[in-house]
Amino acid sequence: MEELFGGFSLGLFFWQAVLFLALVFLLRKFAWKPILDSVNNREEGIKNALEAAENAKKEMENLQADNQKLLKEARAEREEMLKEARDIKNKMIEDAKGEAQDQANKMIKQAQDAIESEKKAAMAELKSQVAGISLDIAEKVVRQELSNKDKQLKLVESMLGEAKLN
Amino acid sequence: MRKKIAFKPVTLLLLLITFISFAKEDVKHEESGSDLKTEIKEYIQHHLLDSYDFNLFSYDNGEKHFGFPLPVILWDNGLKVFSSSKFHHGETVAEAGGSYYKLHHGKIYKVDGPNGEIIEDDHHHATNQKPLDFSITKNVVLIAMVFAIMFFMFSRMAKSYKKNNGMPKGTGRFLEPIVLYVRDEIAIPNIGEKKYKKYMSYLLTVFFFVWIVNLFGLTPIGMNVTNNIAVTLCLALITYLITTFSGNKNYWKHIFWMPGVPVPMKIILAPIELLGTIIKPFALMIRLYANITAGHVVLMSIIGMMFIFNNWLGSSLSFLLAFVLGILELLVAALQAYIFTVLSALYFGMAVEDHDHH
Repeated sequence: MEELFGGFSLGLFFWQAVLFLALVFLLRKFAWKPILDSVNNREEGIKNALEAAENAKKEMENLQADNQKLLKEARAEREEMLKEARDIKNKMIEDAKGEAQDQANKMIKQAQDAIESEKKAAMAELKSQVAGISLDIAEKVVRQELSNKDKQLKLVESMLGEAKLN
Repeated sequence: MRKKIAFKPVTLLLLLITFISFAKEDVKHEESGSDLKTEIKEYIQHHLLDSYDFNLFSYDNGEKHFGFPLPVILWDNGLKVFSSSKFHHGETVAEAGGSYYKLHHGKIYKVDGPNGEIIEDDHHHATNQKPLDFSITKNVVLIAMVFAIMFFMFSRMAKSYKKNNGMPKGTGRFLEPIVLYVRDEIAIPNIGEKKYKKYMSYLLTVFFFVWIVNLFGLTPIGMNVTNNIAVTLCLALITYLITTFSGNKNYWKHIFWMPGVPVPMKIILAPIELLGTIIKPFALMIRLYANITAGHVVLMSIIGMMFIFNNWLGSSLSFLLAFVLGILELLVAALQAYIFTVLSALYFGMAVEDHDHH
C-alpha cells in the first residue's frame, strides 16, 4: 500500500486531469455530439423509411382490396344488367305476341263481319233479283198464256231452268 | 561462463527494443558478472515508473541512451522550468534559478548545492525536500499523444459523417460499431434510455482513452500510463464526482435512510452505504492499476525468464508463454477499458435511477 501511494505523482495527476477533461470537452463538441447525432438521425431515417414502406404496403393492400371489391361490384352489376335486359326482351316478345294475337283476332273478326254483311247484301240483292226475275217471268208467262197455252208452259219451264242457276 | 555473460547484455538489448520503454539510469554495471535476476527485476521496476526523459532504449548496459529530454517544471519558490537533460539521466545535480535538484528513484529532490547528496533515513526514504513537480514526464507525453490521436481520429470521423450524408467512412467504419457498442450495450442498459445521453461523452472518452493507453503500453515505445496510480485515481475521481453530483433524491435516500429496513438497521447502514460510495470508485482505481501493472510485471518476468533459463527448451517455452500472455494482455487492455466504462455507467445508473417500485 505504501509503495502504491509512494508512487503517486501529483504532477502526473494534474496533467492527466487537465488533459483528460480537455479531451472530454473537446471530443464532446467536435466528435461525440456530431457522431451520435448523425447516427441517431440515420437510425431515425431508417426507422421512418421502414415505417413508410410498411404503410405503403398496407395502402397497396387496401387499394388492391378496393380494386377487387370494385371488380366484384362491376361484375354483379353487369350480371344484373344482363338479367334485366333478358327480362325486358322476353317481356317485349311476350307483349308483341299478345298484341299480334289481338290484332289478328280483331282482323279475323272484321273479316268475318265483312263477309257476313257482304253475304247479307248479296242475299238481299239475290232476293230482289229473284223477285225481279220472278216478276219478269210472271209477266212473260202471263203474256204467253194469253197466246199459247203450250208455249206458255214451255216458257215457264225454260225460265225456271234458267232461274235455278242463280 | 564468461562468454555467456558477455552475450547476455546483447540479448537484453533486444528485449529493451521490444518491450522496455526506458532504461535503467542508475544501474552501476559491474563488470564482474552482475546478478542477472536482480538486473531483470530492476528493469521491470524501472519500466513501471515514470521518467523525466523520453528514452526509447538504452544500450551499453544503460550507459548510452536513445531518446530525448523533456521539460521539467517545478514550483519551488517560483516557477522553474528546465530540460531534464540537465540531470544526465540521474547522474548529476541540476541547477535552476539558484536551487539544486537531484533525481532519486525517479523523483526529484532538492539538494543543498552542486555537490549535494540525497540523505536517506533508516527506511531508505529520502529526507530531502520535494518541490511541487508539474514536469512533462514521459507519461504526460504519452497522455498528450493519446489526446492528439483520439482528437484527430474522432473529429475526422465526425466530419466524415457530414460529408457522406450520415454514413461513416474510413476509420469511422471501424469505430462506429464500437461507439454504438458503448451506447447500446454499456450506457443504455445501465443508465436507462432516458438519461444516458449526458453521460455518453464521458463514457466514450474514458473507454477509448483507457483502451488506447493500454494498447500503447504494449508497444515497444510505450510505457504503461494506467499503471500509475495518479492516472487511475484521476479517472476514478471523475467517475465519483459525476456520480455524486448527478445523484438524485432516491440515491441519497438509499444511502442515508435505506427504505424498507428497521430504524436501527438504517442507522447502521448509513455509514456503510456512505463508505460504499467511496469504495466503489476506489475499487475502480485499484482494479485498473493492478490489472495493468500485474500484466506488465508477469509479461516482463516471463520475457526475462528467457535469459535466465538460457537454454533452448526453457527459453523457447518462455517465449511461447510470453507470446500467449502478450495476446492475453491485448484482451486485458480492451477488457479493462470495458470494465471501467461499464462500472462507471453502472454507478451513474444507480445515481439517477427512479425507484418507482418502492
